[in-house]
Amino acid sequence: MNFDVMIEALPDLIGGLWLTLGLVALALLAGFVIALPTALARLSRLALLRWIAWSYVFFFRGTPLLVQIFLIYYGLSQFEVIRESVLWPILREPFWCTLIALALNTGAYTGEVFRGGILSVPHNQIEAARAIGMSPATAFRRIIWPQTIRQALPAYGNEMILMVKASSLASTVTLMDITGVARTLAADTYMPIEIYTMAAMIYLVLTFVMSQLVQLLEWKMDTTRARA
Amino acid sequence: MFDLEGFGHLLFQGTLMTIRLALVSLVFGLMFGLIGAAMKLSRFRFLRIIAGVYTALIRGIPELMVILFIYYGGVILLNNFAGLLGYDRYIDVSAFGAGVAALSLTFGAYATEIFRGGIRAVPTNQIEAARAIGMSPATTFRRILLPQVWRFALPGLGNTFLIILKETALVSVIGLEELMRKTDMAVGYTKEPFTFFLFAALIYLAMTAVVMWVQQGLEKRANRGVSGRAVT
Repeated sequence: MNFDVMIEALPDLIGGLWLTLGLVALALLAGFVIALPTALARLSRLALLRWIAWSYVFFFRGTPLLVQIFLIYYGLSQFEVIRESVLWPILREPFWCTLIALALNTGAYTGEVFRGGILSVPHNQIEAARAIGMSPATAFRRIIWPQTIRQALPAYGNEMILMVKASSLASTVTLMDITGVARTLAADTYMPIEIYTMAAMIYLVLTFVMSQLVQLLEWKMDTTRARA
Repeated sequence: MFDLEGFGHLLFQGTLMTIRLALVSLVFGLMFGLIGAAMKLSRFRFLRIIAGVYTALIRGIPELMVILFIYYGGVILLNNFAGLLGYDRYIDVSAFGAGVAALSLTFGAYATEIFRGGIRAVPTNQIEAARAIGMSPATTFRRILLPQVWRFALPGLGNTFLIILKETALVSVIGLEELMRKTDMAVGYTKEPFTFFLFAALIYLAMTAVVMWVQQGLEKRANRGVSGRAVT
């Protein structure tokens, strides 16, 4: 092991860390926004909504993320309509394409997590809320959602950590995230063991901090704590 | 709907390679999982720590990074190690070998936790009873423990295999000619990325559906004779 190489690589790898963090944060945010309507549509009375949401979830959970990224980054350029549309400046950028793929991917997984959380709320609570005159929206906001998020938090925390790992695929479309920087450095220095070990350590710290944050959040939301 | 322009056989070859990679990784992954679970439940602290480090590392590092490390770093480590043993010919690591190593280590880490949970779900008094009527530890393991652990572990193992099946696509990054790589080659000739990547996606979906169907059959078989309702 050449420790000098490892230390020297650190500033470059930290440079890649910002792109990784940016991708993960934006993807999680967008994924969250996609997941809630997806979960509600999966539980809808309307068969069409259920079918659309089911197809979306089935496709994005049943295919590799790499295919999804390539489909958006390389695939969309096949259509002249898209190449000539106003969206093309966005859709030809690897950053936005990766972000869209990551967001749609985590949106599908998170949608299922939320659906499970919603289903865990006892039905008589909802009936009671309606009986005392709450509108469906108020009942959702005050009764269903707080319990859903508490129930779903452990699984959602897992999904957040999986997103950190998934963001490494950004390097396959030339982005310089931690993995992208590491691959370039490893090729330049011929010292893959040192470089990849260092990069792996950064990921370990990142996933560890993330899991601690989720645990803290779980602890804060735990309503049974005060009673004990 | 899809005009594959004669590249169908290429994608078929790639699909076969993907299936081979996933199945070989499954076999080794199950072995790693059983060994990992045995270590985590061991009396010896040292073994428990090693298994803990193994699962923590795999779960905290991106699979792509593990694949790159094993493919590019593994060659160096292997040759240095062989050199120490006095073997001085160059040993090459194939993309398939590196892929199997990375994917089975990943599967093994998740399977370790699944098996551990399954083993702990078997009431200890059943083991004691089996020993009391004179079964050897090996027979107890085969007749009492294993059938029940298998039943508890199947749902988790099936889900993990689905993850591994999709992660085989990452091995295309180090040049293995599985489905993604072959699709990439077809795209290079036809300049129709959307058509071909979408077709590849549908092949992955079909494989996912088959695995889910097999999983359901296996679970049904493992649960035969077990009542669906709690007996109280």
